[in-house]
Amino acid sequence: MMWWRKFEERLFYVLMIFSTASLVILLLVILLSIFLKGVPYLSWEMVSQTPKGGYYFGREGGILNAIVGSLYLSAGAVFLALVFSLPLALAMNIHMRTYKRTLHVIRFVLDLLWGIPSIVYGAFGFTLMIYLGIKASLLAGIITVAIFILPIMVRAMDEVMKNVPVTLLESAFSLGSTRTEVAFKVMLRQTLPGIITAVLLAFGRGIGDVASVLFTTGYTDNIPTSLFQQTATLPLAVFFQLGSPIPEVQNRAYAAAVILTLIILIISIATRLLGRGYNKTRIN
Amino acid sequence: MEKSKISIRDLNLYFEKQHILKNVNIEIPENQVTVILGPSGCGKTTLMKTLNRLVDLHDNARFSGSILFEGIDILHPATDLVHIRQKMGLLSQRPTPLPMSIFGNVAYGLKLKGIRHKKNLAPLVEKYLREANLWEEVKDRLNDPAIRLSIGQQQRLCLARGLAVNPEIILADEPTSALDPISARIIENQFVELKKDYTIVLVTHVLRQARRIADYVVFMYLGDVVEQGPAEAFFNNPTQEKTKEYLGGAFN
Ligand SMILES: Nc1ncnc2c1ncn2[C@@H]1O[C@H](COP(=O)(O)OP(=O)(O)O)[C@@H](O)[C@H]1O
Ligand SMILES: [Mg+2]
Repeated sequence: MMWWRKFEERLFYVLMIFSTASLVILLLVILLSIFLKGVPYLSWEMVSQTPKGGYYFGREGGILNAIVGSLYLSAGAVFLALVFSLPLALAMNIHMRTYKRTLHVIRFVLDLLWGIPSIVYGAFGFTLMIYLGIKASLLAGIITVAIFILPIMVRAMDEVMKNVPVTLLESAFSLGSTRTEVAFKVMLRQTLPGIITAVLLAFGRGIGDVASVLFTTGYTDNIPTSLFQQTATLPLAVFFQLGSPIPEVQNRAYAAAVILTLIILIISIATRLLGRGYNKTRIN
Repeated sequence: MEKSKISIRDLNLYFEKQHILKNVNIEIPENQVTVILGPSGCGKTTLMKTLNRLVDLHDNARFSGSILFEGIDILHPATDLVHIRQKMGLLSQRPTPLPMSIFGNVAYGLKLKGIRHKKNLAPLVEKYLREANLWEEVKDRLNDPAIRLSIGQQQRLCLARGLAVNPEIILADEPTSALDPISARIIENQFVELKKDYTIVLVTHVLRQARRIADYVVFMYLGDVVEQGPAEAFFNNPTQEKTKEYLGGAFN
């Protein structure tokens, strides 16, 4: 049987190399195709100007409206989601620690929400807008994206907080801390890198999503100056401008895709680096 | 007979259906080292966590009986847990420094009590680090993260941190089991030193350690208190068969 075991070992080795290599090649091909198409149009004009003569027909100008719009939108949504998700994650892991059944339900619901496609959030945001009587705007987009990334953020924080050794919490309690003090003075510090990772993860998901902003933000050539104005975003800049018959407009779409990809790459790398630092400094 | 600091009366504790502490009655004498002995799994840690109600962090724990301390029943549902926990410092098996600096760890409990400014905190931090016999080793790096200390130093830091809350009782659950012999000895000597001002309850599985520092001994087996009494009598004239077997090394 020895030959079989050797063969098996060999086979899996080859399979492993093959699948790893295909993954890497796939990533490189995607990046390369986007970058080849888009990088040539990444000029100073592209990133420093808004489109001139309409984003769909105008040949001049750049995508500054979409870059700034996307940053506004994602930062706003991340902030809004953080305000709700940090207290929830802390409460789940400290105040509600002994309510196992309730926690089970909350985690299940959050996982379900995580799994719902973003177009459903987009539709929900649209309904909510009509109900609240607000028009398509930066604010409507922020609310929709915040709802969409909330479960991601809570669960990502929750996973880190769940792994905090119970002995650490016990010693904090034994010093006479209230639960809220344990949450904000100990848990928060202990899991800070994980919390930042969760925020970055949610930011990345929020900035790249088309469907949740499709009906809620509108689209404009201008940079919004208030929450109630419409805004452009990078994913929609790709989506709308790619459909234009005018080559210069299409080029703006590719440039937007490159910028979006770069932002996501930077976020992924930052998340990775943080994760590594995190492992180095915690011993418990 | 000395004054007793804590009276445990008819304490029963269950995890789910499992009966962990069985009708436990103990009088813990004031300003002495009470050592709780017993093979692992007999409920020593659970007993300690019941004293400061850390068992409340487990959803499956149910208890009955009473633990009297300064006229209050620790097990009463309306007991102010923050108050009783501040009266009892806890040292656990492995040191658990808080995720902050050495200074921050000792200052933590002081800040909870409302002492704020660094100029008020600093002399107190020094005082408690001295009480835990750690000051000389850390005085030049108080702002380093606490996890940079060796395990033995971390345990002394946890002691200082506990003392800073100004407790009357120190609960120590096998505090030296993760330590090298020298650090273990330092902690041990510190307990003998501290019992002038504090009542100490020490769980240990090291018989020699118990013989060295115990004033009063409680021997537990499978959730029962088999025998308890002053250390002299306990070690020299145990009355129960189980105790004799244990002292003879039958369970190790
Ligand atoms: N949270 C818990 N849920 C269920 N059983 C537990 C829990 N904590 C401890 N036990 C059980 O209680 C018994 C006593 O444990 P413990 O008090 O840690 O013993 P010791 O400290 O003497 O070794 C053991 O059988 C242990 O498995
Ligand atoms: Mg134990």
